[in-house]
Amino acid sequence: MRRRYIAVRIDSDRAFEERDIYDAVWTSILRLFGEYGASQTELTLVDYDQETKQAILRCSHKALNLARASIVAVAEIDNEKANIHIVLVSGTLRSLRRKI
Amino acid sequence: MKSFVDLHLYSTVEDAGQTREIIEKSAELGYDAVGIAFPADVTQREIQKARGFCEAAGVDLVTRTDLTPRRSADLLKDLRRLRRRIEVIAVRCFSKEVSRQAAKDRRVDLISFPSTDPRKRFFDSPEATLASGASASFEVDMAPLLYLHGFRRIRLLASLRKEMMTASKHEVPIVLSSGTDDVRLLRKPEDYACLAFLFGLGFHEAERAFSENPRSIVERNRRKTSSDYVAPGVYVVRRGEDCPGV
Repeated sequence: MRRRYIAVRIDSDRAFEERDIYDAVWTSILRLFGEYGASQTELTLVDYDQETKQAILRCSHKALNLARASIVAVAEIDNEKANIHIVLVSGTLRSLRRKI
Repeated sequence: MKSFVDLHLYSTVEDAGQTREIIEKSAELGYDAVGIAFPADVTQREIQKARGFCEAAGVDLVTRTDLTPRRSADLLKDLRRLRRRIEVIAVRCFSKEVSRQAAKDRRVDLISFPSTDPRKRFFDSPEATLASGASASFEVDMAPLLYLHGFRRIRLLASLRKEMMTASKHEVPIVLSSGTDDVRLLRKPEDYACLAFLFGLGFHEAERAFSENPRSIVERNRRKTSSDYVAPGVYVVRRGEDCPGV
């Protein structure tokens, strides 16, 4: 199974919990692509640093476009206005960490 | 490295803080030039103020106005009055009469349609043919894709998908812009390019719609408004004593 690792930066006034980020991205996927589309993304949160507001998400390489569109479409996290910027996409976690 | 242009930011002329904030955020997100939509009666002083903010943030200011005429006669009147003063003229079409006039008029740079009413989106094949002949571009604001939800976003995406195919078929340049005054709805150009996947625009095509396409409009109009412009295709290339026979 080929995967893609997506480094993101959360742009918000406060630092959110890991669960809030995860929920916001999944809500966005479900809104845009429904349950069938969401099942194809296989999206998981690999790492999240509350201090730097950076996170790493993993998805199926076939659903990269779905995942990227859903991440960018997030406009609210935990009922607060916030957005998520994609920093980098890479094929392996090691190369992603090296580049960011 | 690509040079990104966001041609559509709203600003309240009276609220300098908001204007500065949105310009600074655009610069931070990687834009090299921003188009601020000024009201038609904007003064040079207000433009200079915004230019000062842009210079401080390190971005190029593009002056722009959004026309929303009710009839085509109103559009022609506005174009006569504003074309030489403003760098980019966009027409938001609320009727078929206006949209057809805007598409065939060479003085119009961008045509756009209301995001929330699919019955008022007139970008069909005849419209695209006219726009292609007059070098007008089709503009899409990205912010509504972020703040609309449910059925309204579904309808907008369905319309946009059809319009992208029409624009591509008739070779009408597409320009993607933010179309917002809210910094929270601003995204990086690459992020918007990811979002454009939702209406069938490829990543590189979407990047072009944020870089080369708007940049060419700005450069074309700056050439036209420069003192060296004489007529379409005729420019002063040299002045002074080294021109024999002058």
